Amino acid sequence: MGWMRRLGRSLWPVGGTFDEEARFHIDARARQYVESGMSPDDARRAAERRFGSVSVARDRTEDADTFRWLDDARRDLGYGARLLWRAPGFSLLATLCLTVGIGANAAVFSWIEGILLRPYPLVADQDRLCALVGTNRGADRTDVSWPDWLDLRRNSTLADAFIAEKITGTTLSVGDRAERVPGSLVSANYFDALGVRPILGRGFLPGEDTGRNAHPVTVISYQTWRERFRGDPAIVGKTQLLNGLPHTIVGVAPQGFYGTFVGYAFQFWVPASMQPQFSAGGYALEDRGARWIEGFVKLRRGVSIPQAQAELSSVMARLENEYPDTNRGRGVRLYPLWETPFNNAGAMLPTLEIAVAVVLAVLLIACANVANLLLVRAFSRQQEMTIRLSIGAGRGRLVRQLLTEGLMLSVGATLAGLVLARWLRDALAFLTPPRGGVVLRLPGAIDWRVLAISAAIGVGATLLFGLVPALVTSRVDLAGALRSESGAVGGSRRAGWLRSTLVVAQIALSLVLLVGAGLLVRSVQAIRAANPGFATDGVLTTTVDAFTAGYDAGRGRVFEDELLDRVGRIPGVQAAALSRSTPFSYASTASSPIAVDAYVPPRDQQPTVEYNTVTPGYFATLGIPIVSGRAFTDADDDRTAPVAIVDETAAAQFWRGADPVGSRVQLRGQWMRVVGVARPIKTRNFMEAARPYAYVPLRQNPSPLVALHLRTPLGAAAMRPALVREIQTLDSNIAPGELITMREQVERTTAPQRIALTMLIVFGAVALALAAVGLYGVMAATVTQSTKQLALRIALGAEPSDVRRLVLARGLRMTAAGTAVGLFFALELTRLMGFLLYQVAPRDPLVFAAALAVVSVAASGACLVPALRATRTDPIQVLRG
Amino acid sequence: MTLFRRRKPDALQGTLDLLVLQTLSRGPHHGYGIAADIEAVSGDLLRVEEGSLYPALHRMEHLGWIAAGWQTTENNRRARVYRLTRAGERQLAAQREKWARLTRGVARVLRFA
Repeated sequence: MGWMRRLGRSLWPVGGTFDEEARFHIDARARQYVESGMSPDDARRAAERRFGSVSVARDRTEDADTFRWLDDARRDLGYGARLLWRAPGFSLLATLCLTVGIGANAAVFSWIEGILLRPYPLVADQDRLCALVGTNRGADRTDVSWPDWLDLRRNSTLADAFIAEKITGTTLSVGDRAERVPGSLVSANYFDALGVRPILGRGFLPGEDTGRNAHPVTVISYQTWRERFRGDPAIVGKTQLLNGLPHTIVGVAPQGFYGTFVGYAFQFWVPASMQPQFSAGGYALEDRGARWIEGFVKLRRGVSIPQAQAELSSVMARLENEYPDTNRGRGVRLYPLWETPFNNAGAMLPTLEIAVAVVLAVLLIACANVANLLLVRAFSRQQEMTIRLSIGAGRGRLVRQLLTEGLMLSVGATLAGLVLARWLRDALAFLTPPRGGVVLRLPGAIDWRVLAISAAIGVGATLLFGLVPALVTSRVDLAGALRSESGAVGGSRRAGWLRSTLVVAQIALSLVLLVGAGLLVRSVQAIRAANPGFATDGVLTTTVDAFTAGYDAGRGRVFEDELLDRVGRIPGVQAAALSRSTPFSYASTASSPIAVDAYVPPRDQQPTVEYNTVTPGYFATLGIPIVSGRAFTDADDDRTAPVAIVDETAAAQFWRGADPVGSRVQLRGQWMRVVGVARPIKTRNFMEAARPYAYVPLRQNPSPLVALHLRTPLGAAAMRPALVREIQTLDSNIAPGELITMREQVERTTAPQRIALTMLIVFGAVALALAAVGLYGVMAATVTQSTKQLALRIALGAEPSDVRRLVLARGLRMTAAGTAVGLFFALELTRLMGFLLYQVAPRDPLVFAAALAVVSVAASGACLVPALRATRTDPIQVLRG
Repeated sequence: MTLFRRRKPDALQGTLDLLVLQTLSRGPHHGYGIAADIEAVSGDLLRVEEGSLYPALHRMEHLGWIAAGWQTTENNRRARVYRLTRAGERQLAAQREKWARLTRGVARVLRFA
């Protein structure tokens, strides 16, 4: 096609084509003249005269040859580059503003991509994966039992695969190093269904997920293979002790595969048949009432979540009819991957939503700043524009020229922004503390989608900050401009208005960000000051895992008795206790159906209660008051009648305020005597509503996997060596988990608040700085533009204070307008952060007042410098010049 | 924005196009040959401006009406030789028709003026 050739010729112009044609033409005519009798010299001259200007003809011919716009674009690029190069301060400032804006956006989108949308590296078809959890009476989230899981899998026609998984862990002892590592119990189809091919050996075979402890095989992670087994090429077939049982290593997962649990890097996988070996609750593969599985459903192509949900719900309804004892009120629910409730995705989602809002606000502020810079510059270039227009450049050409310059800025900024985003990739993991000694993995992923979004943001930003100044400045009143001696141009009032609007918007946005940051500061303060119902100071907590070292309940009991005895004698330890779960830890507390003699539950409802299994010293160690009756004693063991303690919330609900001490309660299917009532405590986080809670003694409900709590004035670092020594004396295969204060344990649950807080403070400060720079720029330009007017006023007797007031008034008017708009939006928007706020109202007046004060001070500061400069205007010099 | 700059309507340019196409319909020619031919055939009534001829040739080449290639002439010079394409033939017919209508119309107006 012609245009292809034309395009080719514009990009790679062929030199000399026309010149050769023209020379041939002239020579041919000269020869003709010679034939008609002219002298060669005359003929040549005549032929040249006849041809006319070769260069004009060449220009016109080449014009026909090239794509006009390509040529223009090349010219614009060259011109823009020269201009940007000649104003390095401007270029640098503009690029910096945009880099912050675009980089912040790219980073947040990389988090969304890497944590929410495609969180599992190497896993195929993540857009078809959704999370499956159990429900109890439609509301409470539970896990799913293995028999229910199998029935769902058998009866579903809309899913390609059901991938069962249960997070677990073990103490991996290779050589002389013992280390807690996270791993996963999975269905046998795990690797096949995820499309992950082990680099050595194999995944699991069909059937390896059946039978009690029948298939002690494991696939280990690439990292474990490299670091713990030194990359042994003959690893497949070797055995490794996991929880005291030799497992055959059948495969090594590929590098970069971390499993399917947002936040963790799993180090080993075992088939679901090994469940009794890895969870303390006993064999659960044939127990429809034992709910322990979390997992994923891979939908068939084209199937939506509601369609699959409908099918699975009908299966669950059939199961409810068939097995009313275990399945009454039980259902399942599908979630898109980014709302997965059982890993960190669900927890991160709202925080990342706030992050998106914050970085978009920063981008808008940055764009407003660059637009302002461009406007200032465009006006200083008005003479150039006027001249170009007057010699016939089209308005479109001028707009294109300005947009080209803008685009060059944002291309640079986008590239720099991506570099920034790469640095920020791991910032989330940095802000999220490790749990149980396992470093969290929360990286962003910078893939082509993130690149595409960043590029789109760059182009969008260019249009945002480039188009408006371009349109305003290209609408030049030619006649007026050429007439006026100074070359100043009409339209500057319009532009002045535009610049003020931009500044007002910037101030408004930074106020909103600061209010959000202030609310979170207050929340985090309130959380710090809040009382969870147990002592957070002077209490250390850790885990002691005798179970994965191969202890059963009986041996575990002996070990625990000795442990408490030894630990209690460590100097500085005032009290020590063991419990099954630790408040505010990730592992959810156990829950059990509850029955009380005098309490008749509403029809079709099975009341449940959460409970903890504790040793007698638990209440004293954690400082939980017993308000009625007594705490457990060493006498409450397997030779005496079962006893329980309930909290005041349970007493109020099931005993209707009567003292429960002395009455009966049924927990875990067993009747127990209530011996005491405890003050309620928070168990997961501060935001949770009060729920009935109970305690049972560890000696009557043995478990080899426990948490150890110490009441001591000593710090964790001082206590740890003695603790390790005592434990290792008992059994060198057992290492305590991370030893932390109870306060730290509590504060770790506030990660979402702290991430949001850090982002809001950092970006709020950036936004405020950008807005102040913008305000300063506008004020400085205003003063410069009105130098003559100011000089006249001073000459006519205005005092410096009058001048100062005049300039300040304009700046403060903009500030007032900005804060008014910002207040309006802040009042509307902070409601959206309610889930992050603790004991502070979304419209907390103190926070609003503080944010207002900060913005006002920053704005006044930005106005003050130009105002002072205005007072130093020398009227004689200005008016004479 | 359009890719091609819109040109001012130019009756004379249209005429030059017609003359060039007509000349090439008798066989391939280089630029000078076309100009000389038009001048000779018109009995020197028409003179082709070189400054207009080459832009017109290149433009028509891009439009696909004519094709060009370098050839060696009898006295061993390289010359760019143009020839009519199928599209050019159709264009020639259309332009002749237009021209005929124009002259008929002008003639009628003159007769009745």
